[in-house]
Amino acid sequence: MLAKRIIPCLDVKDGLTVKGVNFVNLRSAGDPVELGEYYSRQGADELVYLDITASHEGRKTFTDLVRRVAERLSIPFTVGGGINELSDIERMLNAGADKVSVNSAALRRPELIGQIASHFGSQICVAAIDARLEENGHWICYANGGRISTGRNLFEWAREVQERGAGEILFTSMNHDGVKTGYANQALAHLSGMLSIPVIASGGAGEMSHFRDAFTLGHADAALAASVFHFGEIRIADLKAYLKQEGIIVR
Amino acid sequence: MEVAVIKYNAGNISSVCHALRRLGASPVVTDDPEMICRADKVIFPGVGEASTTMAYLREHRLDRLITGLRQPVLGICIGLQLMCRHSEEGDVDCLGIFDTEVKRFVPSGPQDKIPHMGWNTITDLSTPLFDAAMEGSYVYYVHSYYAALCEQTVARTDYLQPYSAALHKDNFYAVQFHPEKSSDNGGRLLKNFLDL
Repeated sequence: MLAKRIIPCLDVKDGLTVKGVNFVNLRSAGDPVELGEYYSRQGADELVYLDITASHEGRKTFTDLVRRVAERLSIPFTVGGGINELSDIERMLNAGADKVSVNSAALRRPELIGQIASHFGSQICVAAIDARLEENGHWICYANGGRISTGRNLFEWAREVQERGAGEILFTSMNHDGVKTGYANQALAHLSGMLSIPVIASGGAGEMSHFRDAFTLGHADAALAASVFHFGEIRIADLKAYLKQEGIIVR
Repeated sequence: MEVAVIKYNAGNISSVCHALRRLGASPVVTDDPEMICRADKVIFPGVGEASTTMAYLREHRLDRLITGLRQPVLGICIGLQLMCRHSEEGDVDCLGIFDTEVKRFVPSGPQDKIPHMGWNTITDLSTPLFDAAMEGSYVYYVHSYYAALCEQTVARTDYLQPYSAALHKDNFYAVQFHPEKSSDNGGRLLKNFLDL
């Protein structure tokens, strides 16, 4: 049986992980490669490295980092952040990334998804979508790290990126992100039911049961989280054992 | 030991090389017939589309070269599919090393996601590629087409239906999953291949 995936997300700025890591016995807790290896040893199924650097030099540092991650890591990893055009994708794939996520650039130029799919294959193209449930009851997509409302409906946009050739959808609920009260399971279930590509849940993990619910209630194929792993609140090995006990198929 | 990794118009060859280097091997990525024939082990990796990669192999006369190899050869992912008789992807005749067809997964509803992406188990293992301890273990997959079960199937995975996770005939081995991305199990498989 295909296992549900657990994916730690690492924010990287100027080549170093950003969020505090106060639990791991690493030589350099800020080294994204060492942290990635640590998660991999614990049973992480994939990793996401998100470049939150703005400067040009930072971008170059990130590419070097992707190269080092590819040399050392024996599980798949996705990179994202600042991906604007095909040449960015090519640079990341050449550095050894398995998949690349696009977010704001695709909202600005939807045809980018199709170009990525036809150049490099759907399987490398992760469409990241940040959306907020507005007071009027509609899920609306946001660009630029959740700063700009696009007015686009989440479900319509999700269907469009699938049709344009995205291989996976990484859906972050802005209402749930950072709140630690669980994932947006209703929206996840709706996405999962209408799409034929895998859906990764993101935003809201605070307890182990939240991961279970993302799989059982949200029908997500994978669940992504950052701070609960980085701050040592949940160990991936413990999470996997818990999910197994709850009858969920994990590696 | 010389390990040749066949260079052609398929993506993601570098991660295979990284995995081989982690095992202490020094892979050479090449499309030079002499270097490929001389190597102790040959790896035929890649991610790509069957009909365009097959056309490239024919154009560069790599098709006959590969089928004529005598040393251990390991096909990975699209490599496995190209070693079969025919692929539905672009309706193309392939190398015909393994007597089976490559077909597209047919979903029966939205719960059946295509591509088959993620970690799944391998069972009914045989050949020295696999340790006994790998029975039922997880490996990493990304693919939309699969090789149907046949006499040369030496490992199977179940996704929508059982299919060939690995094939073996004479000196030719192939796996549909990505050993280079399959953590410790994948490393062990690559090591077993290098030790053949």
